[in-house]
Amino acid sequence: MMVLAQVQSLSVVIFFIFVAFVLGLSFYLGRRAKSAKGYFAAGGEIPYAVNGIAFAGDYLSAASFLGICGMIATVGYDGYLYSIGYLAGWIVALFVVAEPMKRLGKYTFADALDAKFNSKGIQLAAAISTLIVSICYLIPQMVGAGALVKPLLGLDHAWGVIMVGSIVIFIVATAGMASTTWVQFLKGGLLIIFSTVIAIMVCHRGLDTKPDQGGTVPYYEYKTLTAQNGTSPLKLSEADAKDYQVLGQKTIGEGDKALTFVKLSQRVEVKKDENGVWIVPLKERVIHLETIGEALDRLVKSDTRETRVIDGEKYTVIELNGRKVLSLDEGNMDVIDGVKYYEEGGKIYIHITSWWKRSAGATENDVNLDETQWVTARPDGGTWINGEPQSEENQLLQVGSITELNGKTDAKSGPVGPFEFLAELSRKDTRIRTWKSANFEDGQDKVTVYYPVIKSGNQIMTPGQKFPLREGWIKKMDFASLMLALFFGTAALPHILIRYYTVRTPACARKSTIVAIAAIGFFYILTMYLGLGAMVNRVVNPASDNMSAPLLAKSFNSVLFAIISAIAFATVLGTVSGLIVAASGAVAHDIMDRFGNLKMNEKQKVTAGKLAAFTVGLVAIILGIVFKGMNVSYLVGWAFAVAASANLPAILMLLFWKKTTAGGIVASIIVGIIVAVGWILLSPQMFERYGKLASDAPLPFSSPGIVAIPASFITLVIVSLLTQKKTAAAKA
Amino acid sequence: MLHEPAAPTGVDHASAYKTRLGVVLFIVYALVYAGFVAISLYDVTILESILFCGLNLAVVYGFGLIVFALLMALVYSGFCTRKERELNESPKAKKSIAKKAGRAKKGGAK
Repeated sequence: MMVLAQVQSLSVVIFFIFVAFVLGLSFYLGRRAKSAKGYFAAGGEIPYAVNGIAFAGDYLSAASFLGICGMIATVGYDGYLYSIGYLAGWIVALFVVAEPMKRLGKYTFADALDAKFNSKGIQLAAAISTLIVSICYLIPQMVGAGALVKPLLGLDHAWGVIMVGSIVIFIVATAGMASTTWVQFLKGGLLIIFSTVIAIMVCHRGLDTKPDQGGTVPYYEYKTLTAQNGTSPLKLSEADAKDYQVLGQKTIGEGDKALTFVKLSQRVEVKKDENGVWIVPLKERVIHLETIGEALDRLVKSDTRETRVIDGEKYTVIELNGRKVLSLDEGNMDVIDGVKYYEEGGKIYIHITSWWKRSAGATENDVNLDETQWVTARPDGGTWINGEPQSEENQLLQVGSITELNGKTDAKSGPVGPFEFLAELSRKDTRIRTWKSANFEDGQDKVTVYYPVIKSGNQIMTPGQKFPLREGWIKKMDFASLMLALFFGTAALPHILIRYYTVRTPACARKSTIVAIAAIGFFYILTMYLGLGAMVNRVVNPASDNMSAPLLAKSFNSVLFAIISAIAFATVLGTVSGLIVAASGAVAHDIMDRFGNLKMNEKQKVTAGKLAAFTVGLVAIILGIVFKGMNVSYLVGWAFAVAASANLPAILMLLFWKKTTAGGIVASIIVGIIVAVGWILLSPQMFERYGKLASDAPLPFSSPGIVAIPASFITLVIVSLLTQKKTAAAKA
Repeated sequence: MLHEPAAPTGVDHASAYKTRLGVVLFIVYALVYAGFVAISLYDVTILESILFCGLNLAVVYGFGLIVFALLMALVYSGFCTRKERELNESPKAKKSIAKKAGRAKKGGAK
């Protein structure tokens, strides 16, 4: 325990030193490069290779490291689709948008559009679009920050989000945009180096059907009980009936997608360990009961009950929350901290209410009950995990393992090469235990069950686990829509193209971009190893997959975990700072100064910008708390969809279609935003966020790109054609 | 935020060529990308086919799209740089640029 605490303290120290170093460097270089000239002179002096890695540092946000790896860890190849899409988007930006925009002499979406038309409508629409895309992009960064601090500093998700938000607001409000090329270079370079180290360690560790994280965590075999099919209440097999009793069952969903969870009462013996401390074995963990040891000793030694009989019923006087209350007599029993402890034959037991997932048995006459994990939110506000109150010791267990490797249930590969690692996992006879979740109400309790789903290797290593590619065409559209949005989204993100112009010559800009594509592409190939490594090494938190890659690092080494967490945290800080500055600029510069004609002086503009940064930061903190647990990359996918729908049609048509008018651009931006954001709000994924069933959502899939992008294009063409005469007349 | 280039750029005679080349390469990459999406939509089990070293089509295509993007970026940069040298930096091009600049100056004086 002592050694563990020391290692964790070391991790925290490394984490804070790294974050302080990055922040200090950021402030120092930011102060040196306050003027535009200074900033861009630095850009001109920096070698293209360094600038290229800085591009990568800028682009590889929380979505890439936390989100993609987390999604691969839970659904396999579908997470890797984001890697493919994010990189492809960079190519679209380089080939189609960058050079023509440069020829136009402008360097952002808003500037380029406004330069040609000088329209108030465009100024407002472009500013609103920048604001919405920035906030959509901010949410996942904040969610990532909240996920990061929990295992490292022990803070709750909400406190993590508030911490990041406060630091960033402080940076933006005091130092302005201090993110520099060298800081991004440092972050990007370290992220790629340490991710490579972890990928090599994953291959070296190899594949194992009983993963024990290098001997540090004992392997736990999840149980499967058997019962007779068609019996009501369900009749358990003789062997299982000794320790379990059926209390009821709950079915959610309909038809083929119906899920049934069986509620069992499970008798667990409370015993003393070798040090004489009372313990409860709870799955792979042991909960220590030092604080109630004396009460348990009393219970096991003698019958301590004080009983009363009222109207013929026998009651026991028990102490609950410091008050004496009457409880129906259940034998020699004591209630301590809300848990009932029973004495029987000199042994102490507790009865845990557990949930088991019903699945098909070996024959038609049998059903299997698969062991799950579950979280119960009690009406009194308490949270119970796996049948015991939530505590520092009692948390959800990390999951993800191979159940069969090449058809063998007890196999270990030893070190494998990078191709062999992927090949072994792609086999049909390799089977992997992945986890899903379901929510339902049980009386006044709100229950979330995390249940295992066994998948074969060929399923995991092809698309279709998150996006339903084996179902009807309408369902398949979610996948097509995402791939379209990722492809077109990068070029439409307000903060991406800017970096393309921060070097001296066009040739240098292109060379930097190539280095960036090489670095980003290499990192995205690594995500496959990090994600799959987490999937088979029992490091995935079933309630939130965002921490899979850092937790994988922790399974090797706590110091590696601290370094990786610090890099990820610094990345979040950098990205969030940039986005908040971009969003506050849209409010202060585009809306208040240019659109509103408020004629502010320099000082007033800075004050307005700081106030806007504070407000946007506050909104980001609130949304970061609300979206807790959602995959970071999935959320960024939405930001890409909104950017691609609202901005890209306007950019492309302005560059390549001469009949484009100001009215057409304004209409396409507005339609793009409304359709994309509206679609997201009515999507199945959001309905789950609202606490409803995904099947209740009026829309069949969640990603809006395939509808919103064409809608925006069509609107631009129609409105531009309708406003041609006015434009021609105005020119005359 | 400041959205300006690192250094002011002059007349670029290669810009039309670069735009054309960019669009052509974009179409090529978009077709390869669309191929991956189309196979997944048509029959995702095709991606399970093992190609070499035990790797399936999904992995090879997915990694291939990343490597292909890098190759295309290299090709694009190479051609653009050659054309910029040819049209902007040759003695003939420099003369033409100077002539244009002179004309612009005169025009401005009027």
